[in-house]
Amino acid sequence: MIETYLKGFEAFSRNGGAAAPSWARSLRLSGITRFEELGFPSTRNEDWHFTSVAPIAERDFAPLTSATSGVSAAQLAPFTFGGEGWHTLVFVNGRYDAGLSSAAGLPDGVSVLPLARAYDELPLLLEQHVGRIASIDAHTFTALNTAFINDGAVVHVGKDIEVARPIHLLFVSDAKAVDGIAQPRNLIVLDRFAKATVIESYATVARGAGAYFTNTVTEATIGEGATLTHLKLQRESAQAYHVGTLDVQQGRDSHLVSFSFAIGAALSRTNVYTELRGEGCGATLNGLYLGDDRQHIDHQTRIEHIAPNCYSRELYKGILDGASHGVFNGKVYVHPAAQKTDGKQTNNTLLLSERAQIDTKPQLEIFADDVKCTHGATVGRLDETSLFYMKSRGINARTARELLTYAFAADVLETIELAEVREGLEAAVLKRYTES
Amino acid sequence: MLDIKDLRATVGDKEILKGITLTVKPGEVHAVMGPNGSGKSTLAQVLAGHPAYEVTGGSVTYDAEDLLEMDAEVRAQKGVFLAFQYPVEIPGVSNAYFLRAAYNEIRKARGEEEIDPMSFADLMDEKMQLVEMEGDMLSRSVNTGFSGGEKKRNEILQMAVLEPRLAILDETDSGLDIDALRIVAHGVNSLRGPDRATIVVTHYQRLLNYIVPDYVHVLANGRIVRSGGKELALELEARGYDWLLEEAVA
Repeated sequence: MIETYLKGFEAFSRNGGAAAPSWARSLRLSGITRFEELGFPSTRNEDWHFTSVAPIAERDFAPLTSATSGVSAAQLAPFTFGGEGWHTLVFVNGRYDAGLSSAAGLPDGVSVLPLARAYDELPLLLEQHVGRIASIDAHTFTALNTAFINDGAVVHVGKDIEVARPIHLLFVSDAKAVDGIAQPRNLIVLDRFAKATVIESYATVARGAGAYFTNTVTEATIGEGATLTHLKLQRESAQAYHVGTLDVQQGRDSHLVSFSFAIGAALSRTNVYTELRGEGCGATLNGLYLGDDRQHIDHQTRIEHIAPNCYSRELYKGILDGASHGVFNGKVYVHPAAQKTDGKQTNNTLLLSERAQIDTKPQLEIFADDVKCTHGATVGRLDETSLFYMKSRGINARTARELLTYAFAADVLETIELAEVREGLEAAVLKRYTES
Repeated sequence: MLDIKDLRATVGDKEILKGITLTVKPGEVHAVMGPNGSGKSTLAQVLAGHPAYEVTGGSVTYDAEDLLEMDAEVRAQKGVFLAFQYPVEIPGVSNAYFLRAAYNEIRKARGEEEIDPMSFADLMDEKMQLVEMEGDMLSRSVNTGFSGGEKKRNEILQMAVLEPRLAILDETDSGLDIDALRIVAHGVNSLRGPDRATIVVTHYQRLLNYIVPDYVHVLANGRIVRSGGKELALELEARGYDWLLEEAVA
């Protein structure tokens, strides 16, 4: 209910919110005001046509404000890919956990901090960017997140610096998250010619404990000639609700390489938005969603070509089993000035069961006259010809089906450059779809 | 080895094979020729067990067993191999993984132990030389992005690795230049032996200069209208198919 959040905001303003700088407090106020005006979207809203948020709107989730403890480092192992020397910030139920975090070994000029510390150490950077990239005008969940800005991660990479090891922002929930809402707010700033890989993981150490809600927003700005690789891995519990937004602004000659992996939650919505604001930018948006049972997995992407001579590549694939429901809504918007735009967008979904369904809507809106843009979507079952080909080589029918299902996913997982994550996800997918 | 009797098959409502009778003994090479639409590719696919075709009559006995009762994978495990006219691309599955999986399934079916990756790599080195393929194709996805010639050579490589007793080549020569054709033919010939048999389905006589058949059969409108020795192929090359079709009608 909206009222729950309005009341929650009043309480939050009185206590937890007080420590924040005044710009943050006024930002929160604009967030709650906008949230109250917008309310939760109905399926008449074009952006939410295939996804009903009623299960979220009808529940009362209490803000998770106080830090909880009890999660051990060992419990995080399934989500860390064995990455050695990674710079990791861990958040439990939305709150930073210093004991589990280790951002040691960062090069000079690089900051990886929880928001509360960043208020002190990087005040200008925060004031300059937080709330300036992610728009709340038409985005209820971003407005709601903005109203409760309190914790999250801040990553700043200075000019010309390449961060060799991945930065992992790991958000876990435990049993105490049940009936609560966590709203992390993250900021990633890459200065000119900087380079970094940031992984955002959402996971649970208490499978089956009950419903909780994660509503997260990450703002990123990629400076001139800089490259951000962003991997979002959504592995929430099967009862969870998850709305996650990545909002990016790209400067001249910058590159964004984004991958969204979604396997968890009863209902999830991932938004990936980027604006190519300078000439010579590139954006690669890939993703893989795996659904089963009654899961609902929604992805919305928007690539705005604002400047000329930029390219974008997008490949989202999904495998849906049981009575799961996938949604892909991808928009490539080419502004009048964005001549010589080169865009390609593809969505392929494999349906493994009669009851699984996908709504796919790849869209191009082009207002420039000298561009090269293509888009397409396929929905299908395993290819009979491929199955026959494999069987004709002696491979039994079940193995052939498993191998083809895995291969469908592996095709897009191959695009992940970071070996630990690529191999970890490949192994997880192989395990999910094969007996061995 | 293979005994086809009055074989009839349909796709959808359309009868394509209208009573084929053909016997293949170990050590023999049979060429099946015919114009487009005669049913020669259908015959190859039916023998391999393609699910799109329904067998509506007749019988096929392979090593004293009912071939038509077997699933496609069982046929392969028992030594039947079809080299596809249009090899299938499988993005995401590497050639090496695919071939080893197939090889091990066939070994398992024969009651043999699975091969370890190191020994398999040695085997692949040897077989790849046979079809003059480079090592990097093993790590590439099956047929994905391969040229027409590479796909056909990959079929012959699979055949060389799996060592079938009955190899069926479905228009393997189509779309090949003369160099690729020689490589493919060399691969096929090196597998010939007293225990193995080959059925070569082709539109052109050219391939038969390199893979010399013992028997040539001409298919027209779903039936064998003429059988003979290798000289029949030369006659077809010189005179075309029309005279045979006219004789068949008359």
